[in-house]
Amino acid sequence: MTLIKTTYNRRSFLKSSTLAGGGMILGFSWLASCKPSPEQVSNIPKEWFDINAFLKIGDNGTVTIMSPNPEIGQNVKTSMPMIVADELGVDWKNVIVEQAPLNTDIFQRQLAGGSQSIRAGWSGLRMAGATARHMLVAAAADTWQVNASEITVDNGVISHATSNNSAGFGDMASKAATMSIPEEVQLKETADFSIIGTDKRNVDGPNIVTGKPLFGIDIQEEGMMIAMIVHPPAFGLTYKSMNANAIKSMPGIKDVFPIDVYKDDTERQWSDAGSIDKLVAIVGESTWQCMQAKKALNVEWEETSALESTKGHDEALTKLMNTSSKEPARKDGNVASAFKKANQIIERTYSAPFLAHNTMEPMNFYADVTAERALFNGPIQTPEFLEKTLASRLGMPVEKIDIKMSRMGGGFGRRLYGTFGVEAAVISQHMQAPIKLVYTREDDMTQGTYRPTYKVKYKAGLDKEGNLIAWHVKGAGSNDDLLFENRFPAGAVDNYLAEKFSLETNVTTGAWRAPRSNFVAGAEQAFLDEVAEAAGKDPIEFRLELFDRAIKNPVGNPEKNDYDPVRYAGVLKLVRDKADWDGSQKNGTARGVSAYYCHNSYVAQVLDLNNDSKSPKVDKVWCAVDCGIVINPMAAKNQIEGGIIDGIGHATYSEMTFKDGQPQHKNFDTYRLIRHKEAPKKIETYFVDNGIDPTGLGEPSLPPIIGALANALYKSTGQRHYKQPFITEKPVIG
Amino acid sequence: MANFSVKVNGEIKDIDVDPSTPMLWVLRDHLKLVGTKFGCGIAQCGACTVHLGDNAVRSCQLPISAVGEQSITTIEGLSENGDHPVQKAWLEEDVYQCGYCQAGQIMNASAFLKRNPNPTDTEIEDAMNGNICRCGTYTRIKKAIKNASSISNA
Repeated sequence: MTLIKTTYNRRSFLKSSTLAGGGMILGFSWLASCKPSPEQVSNIPKEWFDINAFLKIGDNGTVTIMSPNPEIGQNVKTSMPMIVADELGVDWKNVIVEQAPLNTDIFQRQLAGGSQSIRAGWSGLRMAGATARHMLVAAAADTWQVNASEITVDNGVISHATSNNSAGFGDMASKAATMSIPEEVQLKETADFSIIGTDKRNVDGPNIVTGKPLFGIDIQEEGMMIAMIVHPPAFGLTYKSMNANAIKSMPGIKDVFPIDVYKDDTERQWSDAGSIDKLVAIVGESTWQCMQAKKALNVEWEETSALESTKGHDEALTKLMNTSSKEPARKDGNVASAFKKANQIIERTYSAPFLAHNTMEPMNFYADVTAERALFNGPIQTPEFLEKTLASRLGMPVEKIDIKMSRMGGGFGRRLYGTFGVEAAVISQHMQAPIKLVYTREDDMTQGTYRPTYKVKYKAGLDKEGNLIAWHVKGAGSNDDLLFENRFPAGAVDNYLAEKFSLETNVTTGAWRAPRSNFVAGAEQAFLDEVAEAAGKDPIEFRLELFDRAIKNPVGNPEKNDYDPVRYAGVLKLVRDKADWDGSQKNGTARGVSAYYCHNSYVAQVLDLNNDSKSPKVDKVWCAVDCGIVINPMAAKNQIEGGIIDGIGHATYSEMTFKDGQPQHKNFDTYRLIRHKEAPKKIETYFVDNGIDPTGLGEPSLPPIIGALANALYKSTGQRHYKQPFITEKPVIG
Repeated sequence: MANFSVKVNGEIKDIDVDPSTPMLWVLRDHLKLVGTKFGCGIAQCGACTVHLGDNAVRSCQLPISAVGEQSITTIEGLSENGDHPVQKAWLEEDVYQCGYCQAGQIMNASAFLKRNPNPTDTEIEDAMNGNICRCGTYTRIKKAIKNASSISNA
């Protein structure tokens, strides 16, 4: 039996009058936004009873569950309420899910990032459901005058067998709402889960396929105007002057003015990375009119810092690859003497470009700022941090700022940095009217918080028996030092040295799906493949030997190692079996393997390239995942598939380059993203069933696939790939 | 500015806009039909796909002045109750992640299937190649299109 104290989370059990008092409306968006189906109409309760901040129960047994976290396509809007519903004991078909607004008093960590929503939310969500179940049972026990411990709850029905009493949730809801909140509650045994671990379709699916207004860019409000921004065309430039009068008279244009997005005294959060302090705002009646004005506007910019270029970044990173660090990130044994003793030494350098996030929904935000209060709605991964910046910039207490979270047309880390929300606020304040700020694709792609450009150099030493005796890694990136020095193969090699460097640039960078891992995993796994080949060993066997070392006799303090070698080896063995690795390759295919651990989850992959045509295509990917308990397998597989396709696509085709500070790609005509034809024909995903508390899935499948692809390409073409995008080193898939 | 009458989802709409205004913005800003999405504005991503007659077109490159008598169908008008075979197949496969590009994918797929009710995998890939899905749901999209073709042909 798992008992969980409810007290630590006491504030979340304040009755939802707190929500109402905050001015946020717990409306039923599925009714407001579209005509309800006859089934929905019959399901509308006459009265709702608030049990706790996460849920309320209607008099007909329908349950509304709030989804606390922002939805960026990682499907938490379905999976988080599933956890609540399972502990509550409700039939999933009687559940309505609503997106919660930002409310840090009652919800924790309302943030989409780091693949942490499920992992961090797990206990709290279970507790919310279990507490409500406890209160329903207490209400029934009191009503029937029986012992609560004899009452069972199943599929929304509360039963007491010996007295032959039963009631629906709706019958007990009003009384349950008045019951005292238990000090501790009993959670279900994992074996008793009936919703967790089953396929549940996306709760927004019907609205997505019929084009309902779900996204920030879809927001329409009374009196709302459209706003656009003009930002400097290059990093290193700032606003000087413009010919505002030339466009003020254009049709539909309301105003054109420079804005100070941030002021000197604005208290910035980490989420304000990538901010451009001074911009030009154009406000008009319609998007097209604003776009026309934007084209006609001439702005003069002045140089405030160096205008950097890709060539310069590349040279500077190369220089760092030949630099020694006075303070290595990690040092075990003595690599120098080990290399002297080595029978073979392999040294390779890998590089990767800046990447734009390119969410399909460009940045946008709705703002309605008055002297008394400020209302916001839009796509944001970090609403809590945005609220803090807004409070500082607007000089307004957070209590007067309300932020609603719209569904997001992709995040990938871009919407961690909510500077567009601050821009919207300042524009609305200036106009004294509600506005919706919309970026064009060009704005979006050229005002990035890009994935940094990286280089990493690996040097490995093998003894006569092909044992890995020395490992030296140097990593560097723009505004980011790349390495996770305590990850594999740290702890598995006697002589290990990790050095890392950060190259300061004025090109703004930030988290991009699976930060750092998105490059270093592919490089490391491609290098290991080459080292295994030099050692004359099968690439999976070679890795398993290293894991075995880390399990039986870890180098250094095992507590320091940031991975569990047993789980790591577990996914590698699972994918080996599923892909029939030992059964060798089919004719006409080339095969690569890779494994990586990040965001608390373990992933191993085998990728087959089909060599039938002149240019190879990805035929099939097998993927083994250890993320503990899987909440929603159908959606979990979707995340895995997406990460694989995303990784293959970016490693093969995508890059952002700079010349004189200017981003050289502005739209999808020259910035290439993976398309239908280039996607794998088939992806099979297998989860390790171990009952461990769940960890994240939004990111972990992306990093290793780049290594698997590089290794398969080598088998196919005989050419190793060291530089991303691989398309610059032909041949490539496509 | 000029007056136009366009037939959208079976209804005649009178709109007073600049003749150069793309249908994408007429739909989104003026008719409040926001199911059609803005992705790139240069016909490279397919998020804004609508039907012009029976053809899938990029509404970001279709000025209202070029529409004339032709009828326009958007995702909102694809079916009465969201039960077009392609919509049903998308629900069945749980295709979407963020969902933003999917209206364009569905509009492109539905026009394609009308032309080619029994497509091969290669034909599906060729037909859908202009629609980007940044989340990477391509394998599910292909499966859903195959399912939709069998639903339609049943």
